[in-house]
Amino acid sequence: MTAPAVKTKTPPAAASADDAPLYEARRQIYPQSVRGRLRTIKWIVLAVTLGIYYFLPFVRWNRGPGAPDQAVLIDFPARRFYFFFIEIWPQEFYYVAGLLILAALILFLMNAVAGRVWCGYLCPQTVWTDLFMAVERLIEGDRRQRMVEDAGPWTLDKFAHKLMKHSVWLLIAWWTGGAWVLYFADAPTLVHELATFQAPTVAYVAIFTLTFTTYSLAGHMREQVCTYMCPWPRIQAALTDEYALNVTYRYDRGEPRGSVKKAAAARAEGKPAGDCIDCHQCVNVCPTGVDIRQGLQLACIQCGLCIDACNNIMDKVDRPRGLIAYESEANLEARVAGKPPVRRIVRPRTILYTALIVFAGGLMLFTLANRANEGLNAIHDRNPLFVKLSDGSLRNAYTLRLINKDLAERGFILTATGVPGATLSVVGTEGGPEGEVVTVGPDQTREVRVLLTTKDRLAPGTSLPVTFQIRDQKSGATATAVDHFIGP
Amino acid sequence: MSTAHDSHDGAVDTATGVSTTGHEWDGIRELNNPLPRWWLWVFYATIVWAFGYWVLYPAWPLISSHTTGLLGWNSRSAVAMQLQDLQALRAETSMRLTNASLEEIEKTPDLLSLARAEGRVAFADNCAPCHGAGGGGAKGFPNLNDDDWLWGGTLADIQQTITHGIRSGDDEGHQGNMTPFGGVLSKADISAAADYVLSLSGAGPADTPSAKKGAAVFAANCAVCHGADGKGKQELGSKNLTDGIWLYGGDKATIMQTITNGRGGVMPAWAGRLSPTTIKALTVYVHTLGGGQ
Repeated sequence: MTAPAVKTKTPPAAASADDAPLYEARRQIYPQSVRGRLRTIKWIVLAVTLGIYYFLPFVRWNRGPGAPDQAVLIDFPARRFYFFFIEIWPQEFYYVAGLLILAALILFLMNAVAGRVWCGYLCPQTVWTDLFMAVERLIEGDRRQRMVEDAGPWTLDKFAHKLMKHSVWLLIAWWTGGAWVLYFADAPTLVHELATFQAPTVAYVAIFTLTFTTYSLAGHMREQVCTYMCPWPRIQAALTDEYALNVTYRYDRGEPRGSVKKAAAARAEGKPAGDCIDCHQCVNVCPTGVDIRQGLQLACIQCGLCIDACNNIMDKVDRPRGLIAYESEANLEARVAGKPPVRRIVRPRTILYTALIVFAGGLMLFTLANRANEGLNAIHDRNPLFVKLSDGSLRNAYTLRLINKDLAERGFILTATGVPGATLSVVGTEGGPEGEVVTVGPDQTREVRVLLTTKDRLAPGTSLPVTFQIRDQKSGATATAVDHFIGP
Repeated sequence: MSTAHDSHDGAVDTATGVSTTGHEWDGIRELNNPLPRWWLWVFYATIVWAFGYWVLYPAWPLISSHTTGLLGWNSRSAVAMQLQDLQALRAETSMRLTNASLEEIEKTPDLLSLARAEGRVAFADNCAPCHGAGGGGAKGFPNLNDDDWLWGGTLADIQQTITHGIRSGDDEGHQGNMTPFGGVLSKADISAAADYVLSLSGAGPADTPSAKKGAAVFAANCAVCHGADGKGKQELGSKNLTDGIWLYGGDKATIMQTITNGRGGVMPAWAGRLSPTTIKALTVYVHTLGGGQ
């Protein structure tokens, strides 16, 4: 098997520091295609995540009249976030904070169980890069063909291949940016507007920006994003421990490495021989170009493609699989020391993360299920704190904000308790037989100015707690807010 | 420890096979891992970007001015354009406010909140320095939250006062002063009148000899404006002396000072400075502070 003459850029000889370059050109990586269990999982994850991303905006959800019927919608003008049956208001932004906390905890748990499994399978950078590599492979061929073509002179074929590849890349990138903006407006309408150049400028700017970033990050930057830009490899190293499963080369089984024939001869003579035949398949298939046999390293995203590649080779040379496998450092050391294997998925770290996830998720679900469809906030006037009227009575003024999350207009009866002899009036409404009634439109808030007056003489320095309550005229649902009535 | 560039010894780190830079701190040597070249080009690109920016946008201070940039952009005109856009955006709702009567505005919930929102901002910009952030007033500056109005507290009265002011020099503005009685009445008479005024508001006894003497002084000199019962006359802007609300203070010394020297605070006329629509919004805002009649 002779390799074609390929000009590969070798790392500069590190003989002298003075000769070493200050800046290094990127070494092109030509990942080879591979088949296997983990590769299949990666294809499935890719299809599912990208499928969700590209098509979710088109999923409809009937919320009744007056509300958008898009299942997932970030409605900035109306300041609402819709997620299927959930509707988040701006003052409920803590749900978003809760989701971020939950996401971080899940990331920690994944890390404690299986290292950088996020990087290898779920990270958008990995998923899109994988897709772009698949396109590249389809158009320009596999590793060897691409290397030959890139090293050779420009031909019509090469030009056609490159043009085709970049066109498809840009098309995917453009669709990626296009799908993004659909989350911020009614998708079918926006698609029509975009096609007829009626869409708002910000949509075109967002599409252009995301097209550019997708094209450059997934097409050109690739593994450099992970090694130079991403903070996670740095943080991850501080969060992991010796029991986490990482893609690991079992050097105790693999070394000393050598050709199949040499290994067979050594075994026949009873000399030590490793299972690694130094075929470099694990390096060739690696999307970040690392040699896993050098141990854990920053650039390794632990996608496990080297496991698939190595297993295929082991099958061919008739050696057991798993020379490269998801393995914990503790287990590796135990095996080297001849001790029984260590399998510790359940340990304080994972228990703690799981408990925190359950707690945070449960808390969010509980508050979500029990949140009221009405709310009330009260703010006391600060200047003046109180007013003396000409008949000697005393008055405090408040700004009340009534919140109605129902999709229908509601009337609320407003009452205040806590101040003896106090009468309540709302500026701009006329009290009915039931007292002061404030109507709030569907899915809206309304701010009203409320005056609380008492003829009772209060002792100097008095401050009485006041409870404002709103009660739905129909359903009787209530919400309260507490403030103070301040005397002279 | 060695300083930079004095000992590029070319040593190679055995663990990684990477050459070292020759820098050493406490036995730790720095590996020579070069930065990627694209990083370098990004750095150059930012420099080129800066040059472009200097040429296109206002950037460099000169002795008495600054470079204006080829695009002619400046932040002031950008703000002006944004304001124009905003006004265009608000034109429709603003027109509703302009066309509706004051009573209509107060009865329509969305117009009311619109007027109050606009009025609150206009109040903070123009009125708050004297009347306080919430209209709480100060000595000599009326509290707008109470129900004591020198010139009337109906919507029309408030609009008139804001538009034309008080003793502002505007012909249609409110006129009328509290006359100084220092040269007219003796100090004893002034003291007696003050005692009587205190008794009117319930802040002092009415049956003392001084207060009784003051009643006569009041009838002869003050009742013309403040009324025989001391309840004041709105058309003259004369104060109601029977309530417990005082513009300048309700203690005897202050009342004597008021009688002796007179009073005449000024409220500027806002016509010409504020648009009629803004004055409308201000009127509604002030009226709904709580003191409106």
